[in-house]
Amino acid sequence: MTSRERAEGPGDGIPGRAEGTGDGTPGRGERADAGVPERGERADVGVPGRAPVIERRLHPVTPLRRAWAPLAVLAGWAVHDPNAAQEQLARLTDTMLLLGIAVLVPAAGLYGFLSWWFTHYAVTDTELRIRTGLLFRRTAHIRLERVQAVDVSRPLLARVAGVAKLRIDVVGTDDKDELAFLSEREARALRAELLARAAGFAPETAREVGEAPAHVLLRVPPRELARSLVLTGATWGSLCAALVVPTLLWLFTENVWTVLVTALPLLGTAGASSVGRFVTEFDWTVSESPDGLRIDRGLLDRAHETVPPGRVQTVRIVEPLLWRWRGWVRVELDVAGSDNSVLVPVAPRAVAEAVLARVLPGASVPAGLSPVPRRARWCVPVWWRGHRLAVTGPVFAARSGLLCRRLSLVPHAKVQSVRLTQGPWERRWGLADVHVDTGAGKTVTARLRDAGEAGRLLAEQAERSRTGRRDAPPDRWMTAR
Amino acid sequence: METGSLDGTGAPADQPVWRRLEPGLLRVRRLLLAVWAGVFAVAAGLLPGLFAGPAWAACALLPLVCAATCWRLLERNWRSWRYAERADDLLISRGVLWREETVVPYGRMQLVEVTSGPLERRFGLATVQLHTAAAATDATIPGLDPAEAERLRDRLTELGEARSAGL
Repeated sequence: MTSRERAEGPGDGIPGRAEGTGDGTPGRGERADAGVPERGERADVGVPGRAPVIERRLHPVTPLRRAWAPLAVLAGWAVHDPNAAQEQLARLTDTMLLLGIAVLVPAAGLYGFLSWWFTHYAVTDTELRIRTGLLFRRTAHIRLERVQAVDVSRPLLARVAGVAKLRIDVVGTDDKDELAFLSEREARALRAELLARAAGFAPETAREVGEAPAHVLLRVPPRELARSLVLTGATWGSLCAALVVPTLLWLFTENVWTVLVTALPLLGTAGASSVGRFVTEFDWTVSESPDGLRIDRGLLDRAHETVPPGRVQTVRIVEPLLWRWRGWVRVELDVAGSDNSVLVPVAPRAVAEAVLARVLPGASVPAGLSPVPRRARWCVPVWWRGHRLAVTGPVFAARSGLLCRRLSLVPHAKVQSVRLTQGPWERRWGLADVHVDTGAGKTVTARLRDAGEAGRLLAEQAERSRTGRRDAPPDRWMTAR
Repeated sequence: METGSLDGTGAPADQPVWRRLEPGLLRVRRLLLAVWAGVFAVAAGLLPGLFAGPAWAACALLPLVCAATCWRLLERNWRSWRYAERADDLLISRGVLWREETVVPYGRMQLVEVTSGPLERRFGLATVQLHTAAAATDATIPGLDPAEAERLRDRLTELGEARSAGL
């Protein structure tokens, strides 16, 4: 017999999303159709005395975003099996072709229209509700106080059409839970409203609060970004691999296909790690607002991310070898449920540390990191020198790596569990590892500590992570503690 | 706020009271070991014995020797498992060669799961598993008495609610 019990109070814990086929709103059937305004808004007659829930539709260009999918399938099939494709094409007569188009295009159009028509979203006091599906109904209720980040992204084509995607990151959301597409103005207004509601503004005022004022903390100049990419080993490594490996293969096999099959992925990797990174990290701007951190970036596809206060689980300061003489660092962050992990692609150390102090209030990069005992060289030759550790009031900081140094900082309040592990060889030398697990699925490890020290660290860290919560800001960050 | 010290034990809240697993778990594991060793011994004895000559049937000794070693290792492993409920967190300690000690504050618990397979049920055992928001948290306690498992589950749920802290 299997039984599952939730160790959480009603409506508490991570699952910030409830799914079901019905949306549970009373009076769903008696929608006030008389009040259908011009933009397809509908008012749900909810509980009397409460403001009605306004259901809205996405932007009318939405159906077009899947228009390329059938074409891509056809193209993929043609490339995969060129001979069969040619045979099939030769057998098609003009009438067949016309007939096919006459059936397929309206069918696809109808499907697109219906899927758009049956997709609604609504913002209530506590939730964002997305109702979708023609045959299989799906309703997602995303709880606003559980929001980890709000992303507005504008891919190149969407920018041309003047529309944007909005996505709320809650632990457990997937691609289906993004609102694609909204008009840009609407996306911005909706983001402001969602953040205002999530911040704990009164429901009546939440729509009028508007965008929180932001001030720019840091902007990465394109020249510095380009230089940093030139100084990255991975860029050169992938470029060299893309040039050398296919050449060698050609010399040995003289088979065009082998060369192509290996060269294309290698060239793709090289492009992604140089040009691709430049394009996505172009005009990287980090700003601060009462609603949290804003990250705006991108040359072709623009992305705007907002991370509310107290959502950052881990921050990493990465120092590649070649950047060190210029004093540059890269700052990465982990937010539960969010894809983006870069906070600052490149910045001088002092600037990056200033940004970090705003991200983790009260924390600073620890100055003195304690090294591991000398005997650790028997467990991890050479690289043992890279492992360092510091525990300060607000953070647990562990460094690793010799050439590319990574310093990971975890606020004590974000620690989910602490583990101590020790293998037989480590026991022989009286060493142990301490792992600190965070909610973003990342584990920060202080390796090769003295066994006695590790034991104390385990006990103390458990205590610190328990008490660290007391000073943490509330989930609804604009409400009083 | 409730202090959460263990009721009825009289132990101070900061002194962990270690509990061990049920002997039934060792019996189940040894039973499984014996069954598998038997299967492998028959296979290792019969096949070379039939195809290469009767002397090769001695290959059957190999799985048996392995099983004899594992028989003792299982006991050491079983002995190494222990857990303690402290005032604010759960401690789990396990492993002989590869030791691991886990501390999970009650407030971080998202889900407590009690499972019991058919073989476990036959021997009166249940497994309690704790989930936090971190996927790496591996807090599983196998081989508990079902009543103890239910008690632990209820207690963890209660303490988790009292100290709930989310992400």
